[in-house]
Amino acid sequence: MIDWEPLWLSLRLSLVTTVILFLIALPLACWLAYTRFRIRAVVESLVSLPLVLPPSVLGFYLLLAFSPSHAFGKFLDHYLGLRFVFSFPGLVIASILYSLPFMVNPVLSGLKSLPPSLKEASYTLGKSRFSTLVNIILPNIRPSLLTGIVLSFAHTIGEFGVVLMIGGNIPGQTRVASLAIYDEIQSMHYTAANQYALILFAFSFTILLIVYIVNHHFSKVNPLP
Amino acid sequence: MKRNSTNPAISSDRPCFLRFKAFKTLQTADGKLPLDISFELDKGSLLTIYGNSGAGKTTVLRMLAGLTDIESGHIEVEGEAWRDTSRKINIPARRRSIGLVFQDFALFPHLTVKENLAFALQKGDDKRLIDELIELMELQQLQDSRPARLSGGQQQRVALARAIVRKPRLLLLDEPLSALDDDMRFRLQDYILKAHQQYQLTTILVSHHLPEIFRLSDKVICLEKGQIQRMGRPSDIFTGEKLSSKFKLTGEIIEITQADIVFIISVLHANSIVKVIATADEVKGLRIGDKVLVASKAFNPVILKIG
Repeated sequence: MIDWEPLWLSLRLSLVTTVILFLIALPLACWLAYTRFRIRAVVESLVSLPLVLPPSVLGFYLLLAFSPSHAFGKFLDHYLGLRFVFSFPGLVIASILYSLPFMVNPVLSGLKSLPPSLKEASYTLGKSRFSTLVNIILPNIRPSLLTGIVLSFAHTIGEFGVVLMIGGNIPGQTRVASLAIYDEIQSMHYTAANQYALILFAFSFTILLIVYIVNHHFSKVNPLP
Repeated sequence: MKRNSTNPAISSDRPCFLRFKAFKTLQTADGKLPLDISFELDKGSLLTIYGNSGAGKTTVLRMLAGLTDIESGHIEVEGEAWRDTSRKINIPARRRSIGLVFQDFALFPHLTVKENLAFALQKGDDKRLIDELIELMELQQLQDSRPARLSGGQQQRVALARAIVRKPRLLLLDEPLSALDDDMRFRLQDYILKAHQQYQLTTILVSHHLPEIFRLSDKVICLEKGQIQRMGRPSDIFTGEKLSSKFKLTGEIIEITQADIVFIISVLHANSIVKVIATADEVKGLRIGDKVLVASKAFNPVILKIG
């Protein structure tokens, strides 16, 4: 029987990453959708960078930044007692950066496709920005929110390069499922590798299938004007 | 015909409901368009802003609502400044007492008709108002439906009802009837008039449909390229030049009686009643309460010196 620890760790990492990412990405996407600052293009590029950048590049720079032998890492270590290299929190930070476009972009396109009059109507009915966001905007971009959440979750499960760079391969700490597969292949345990791979394959497929079915249902129930 | 100049004397000698004076350079498809408009409005009136597309009609409504800012000028309602660039006052849209019916109605797709109306309630408002409005707009059958299942006319009624929930001082309608056929238009004009009277609203309507303007409004502003061209009563503005009549007056029908084969229509004009004879054909389509123009082409008045 295979060791379930890496799968469980992957799941935990994805869950934590997705929750934090959602809380970060929502205000960021709102800002990107409604701001008129020129700097927006720069921020948008930075957010989308992980789509094109090799994961090893991101991992490498994070490793440098968080390494206790460098200024920033030293500062974290000395004053805050935080060490992100080769640790679970480090993995979470790396995953958040790496999955950022997968959460921000769907939410952003959802916000942009919403007619501005909905937001304005809510203002003219005496509602605050926050109330408008919670009661009007978010319920009307549910498909985008779901897409963002699920893509980020699934993408974090499938992460390899960044995790390898920043996390190393410590069992129970940073040895996630994708690393476990690599490990088993390296040690010629093809059966175990196959089992991990099959589980990940089935899991990812099921998740995407659910998203498409649910989103199809949403668009039938609540078509936008 | 009143040419609207920027005369500061206008704004100080009598109290009025709304004072609007705004300047803004608009970015349009044809380049820059300076919008420079000022007007005043009395409480309870129904003003139509008329003009070609791109004249700035919607922008004026949006400025009143606080959705589009002005570069300089002031907006004042019942003595309360909503926007004053010189005093740096800018009350945000949600604090202005307005009801705005958007051209696309902007109904919230995820809420039912009733929920759409209830969303406009403020803390402590009487919930019975919702039922009252649903009844006034005859939406009882539809109150639990989502907007997507409603026809254009039904959506318009919901949007109108929702805009009134807050009992706004100013009701703004942005071409609410443009997407509807004539029959539906006519019925919805009734709803607008009903709401306007029942809740004693002051209403500003954007429209370029002449019959609608005659039927609904008591004042018209003609906008052209961001400037007011003419301002006055609909009859003064639209019929003045087209009819070659020597005599005309406008009034409200207060009575229609039949006398043999003709009808006698009593029209209230200012404080006097004018009786006009009409044929059965002419009476068709006229109802008590309609605003009409009485004009005569071959007219030979008697002039007597008095005093």
